[in-house]
Amino acid sequence: MSDQPISNEEETIEYETRHLDSACLNESHLKHPWWYNLKYLLVGLLFGVIFVKAEIISWFRIQEMFRMESFHMYGVIGSAVAVGILSVFLIKKFNIKTIYGEEVEFKAKTFNKGHIIGGFMFGLGWAMTGACPGPLFAQIGTGATVIAVTLFSAIAGTWIYGYFREKLPH
Amino acid sequence: MNWLFQPWPWYIAGPLIGLIVPLLLLIGNKTFGISSSLRHMCAACLPANIPFFKYDWKKEAWNLFFVGGILVGGFLTVLLIPNKGAVDVTPALAKDLATYGITDYSGLVPAQLFTWSTLLSVKGLLLMVGGGFLVGFGTRYAGGCTSGHAISGLSNLQLPSLIATCCFMAGGFLMANFILPIILSL
Repeated sequence: MSDQPISNEEETIEYETRHLDSACLNESHLKHPWWYNLKYLLVGLLFGVIFVKAEIISWFRIQEMFRMESFHMYGVIGSAVAVGILSVFLIKKFNIKTIYGEEVEFKAKTFNKGHIIGGFMFGLGWAMTGACPGPLFAQIGTGATVIAVTLFSAIAGTWIYGYFREKLPH
Repeated sequence: MNWLFQPWPWYIAGPLIGLIVPLLLLIGNKTFGISSSLRHMCAACLPANIPFFKYDWKKEAWNLFFVGGILVGGFLTVLLIPNKGAVDVTPALAKDLATYGITDYSGLVPAQLFTWSTLLSVKGLLLMVGGGFLVGFGTRYAGGCTSGHAISGLSNLQLPSLIATCCFMAGGFLMANFILPIILSL
């Protein structure tokens, strides 16, 4: 590694990182002006409305889920997954292209120990805050301004993970 | 139009959320996921020469627009089509919460736990600062959150995502049933 130029090393790191952390990375190879991103703001807005209207961002609903006292959240996540599986199957089967004519790309995830350790840690935090990352943004939007502290702490947690990443088991 | 002001049932909300997966794929080849936005914020604001944050975050800016939209969506819903009345809490949960003095269900976020005035109590610090830290550290270590693993990952039948989702649930069960009662009694 040491005798390779830096750019290559960075590329390798980026590749390894993407491999470990394949969620959420942009697969489109097209370059668009920034305002093309406004359509994602609209999709996010729709998501925010569903979050509040179905009480998914409610701390109480999350407690009921983890205490097995209500079917609501299981119904939400279960039916979302069912629709997701069907949609992905149809996109693959009929080779449906994006609105820009690109092939839709799917990435396989490689298992690592972080899925277990990190997943468990996130579960603890989810039950404490009553929110996964998406609902944190929606909760702030509904006027619970103190949740900005929780969000900031989550960003700090992400940063600390990045700092110690090489020392953690994967 | 009455339904607009009532809480939506799971069989409306769940399928709509599921449709976000193909929607994002088809309008720009984007994989549904939210916790990465926290990483992009680190990369944008304080990369500090850490390899994990040295990448072209601007290429992923769509994700920041997406979470910005979620915030605006929450704001507009409360403004225009709020859920009428308090959260309908299951009797068993209500009974347990009452023993810790939590009786106000008027907000989706319990006002007796999550406010600026409780932030500096031991309970408040643990729940908001400690809980937030676990959410940020845990999701990145796991490589995704409920959206990236439980919804997108499972939609693409990824075994690592199933393992991660089971661990989310295990952590949540342990916290909600065994550790949270101790925190709430502090």
